[in-house]
Amino acid sequence: MRPLSYARAADAGAAIALVAGHPEGAFLAGGTTEVDLTRQDVLRPGLLVDINHLSLDGVEDLPGGGLRIGALARMSDVARMPSVVDRFPMISQALVLGASAQLRNMASMGGNLCQRVRCGYFRDVTSPCNKRDPGSGCGALDGFHRGHAILGVSDKCIATHPSDLAVSLVALDAVVHTRGPGGERAIGIDDFFLLPGDTPDREHPLDHGELITAIEVPAVPVARRSVYLKFRDRQSYEFALASVAAAIRIQDGTVTGVRLALGGVGTKPWRARRAEAALFGQPADEGSFAEAAQEELAQATPQRQNAFKVELAQRAIVRALNTLTNGDGR
Amino acid sequence: MSTDVVPPPALRGPQPAAVVLSVNGRQWELRLEPRVSLLDALREHLGLTGSKKGCDQGTCGACTVWVNGRRVLACLTLAITCESREVTTIEGLSADGSLHPMQSAFVDRDAFQCGYCTPGQIMSAVALLEEGHAGDDAEIAEWMSGNICRCAAYPNIRAAIRDVRDGDRGAAGGER
Repeated sequence: MRPLSYARAADAGAAIALVAGHPEGAFLAGGTTEVDLTRQDVLRPGLLVDINHLSLDGVEDLPGGGLRIGALARMSDVARMPSVVDRFPMISQALVLGASAQLRNMASMGGNLCQRVRCGYFRDVTSPCNKRDPGSGCGALDGFHRGHAILGVSDKCIATHPSDLAVSLVALDAVVHTRGPGGERAIGIDDFFLLPGDTPDREHPLDHGELITAIEVPAVPVARRSVYLKFRDRQSYEFALASVAAAIRIQDGTVTGVRLALGGVGTKPWRARRAEAALFGQPADEGSFAEAAQEELAQATPQRQNAFKVELAQRAIVRALNTLTNGDGR
Repeated sequence: MSTDVVPPPALRGPQPAAVVLSVNGRQWELRLEPRVSLLDALREHLGLTGSKKGCDQGTCGACTVWVNGRRVLACLTLAITCESREVTTIEGLSADGSLHPMQSAFVDRDAFQCGYCTPGQIMSAVALLEEGHAGDDAEIAEWMSGNICRCAAYPNIRAAIRDVRDGDRGAAGGER
């Protein structure tokens, strides 16, 4: 690992000023991605500003049933909070199905949204990678890409967004609150993740020195009956090949509300808006679920090795909706 | 999260700087570069070689220690971030030279072959019981999945955890 400097700021304002004032400055929260990738020489921070002792780890109930989750709350703590388990089971399940117990104890909620892709070419500094080294090419397109994305891809990058948590947050229209040198702002979660396009190196609309302070989850009554299903090569401690965050409301056999998002298949956490639109007003049966899933995946751009994900994602959607409609919604 | 009030220290590094660590109840003043991991600080600077370096990238769990009582990976933790926190390693699991019940159970159940992952397994296993995630074998397997055993002693590891969970760790040992 390259030499680096370290500071603990007295408060959020000082932390922001320290990072903003150093061209190679970066915030350090749980460090589970950052320390790893710095050791791999993929990230090269000259100054790490430790924010772990800042008071940004609270979780508050919002009037009406929403939640405001501090950016430094840890994955393991949020996963077991009764307010999360009861009102947003898909968030709790997504958290518990991610990483390992040790990593969940370390990793922060804000950091989870900023985690970097697991593409082997991104992680290997001797390989071409447009995300790590713009203009150098993409090793995955003609290389090994079994785990790569089929939605939201470009000819510059097909790396899969790795977060489980973010998939549930995208389904729920969460809002990312930030504070930076220019003040505070709120970014809709879908806008927080950028498609790779021609600039895969730019993953978020954050400015240098802009700090995530909280994640706001609005009240979503349908989410009380929600699920996060994850399909992967190993039973545990593995990233998704495909995953689904789903919630559904049915009245008199008809779908009157639905939230669907996909993980493991997109270059960003993928809100399945086409499937949602296709389901609304339809009979809540497996035929409708399958048609909606097909509608969503019709826009997929698979590569040689990951074409299986098209059907896997469709089946995952159907399984999730069947799970919710055939009995207990957990 | 630290509950102590931390005096705002100046910017430190990249050269070695004074770092105070509390490990297994004892204070140590070290000179460390900020880039030094907690794992390297323990092994190379304090001679506490119980915590193992398997992958050094957060994959294998052999470096599992507790920081403020929570199991974490020492390889992905920078030592300097542990100031004002309490670090516990396998060497600090039990006092006065006796074995912790989980250590005894691992011996009795033959819960290892080469032993390289064992300190991490044990630190994780004790935490697992405190977290309350050892209800059945499936739950134990899920919540121990961050600790890889390449000798695949998993059935015996689960048996050791069950023994301690059920409190039947006596001097006679568990059934083999």
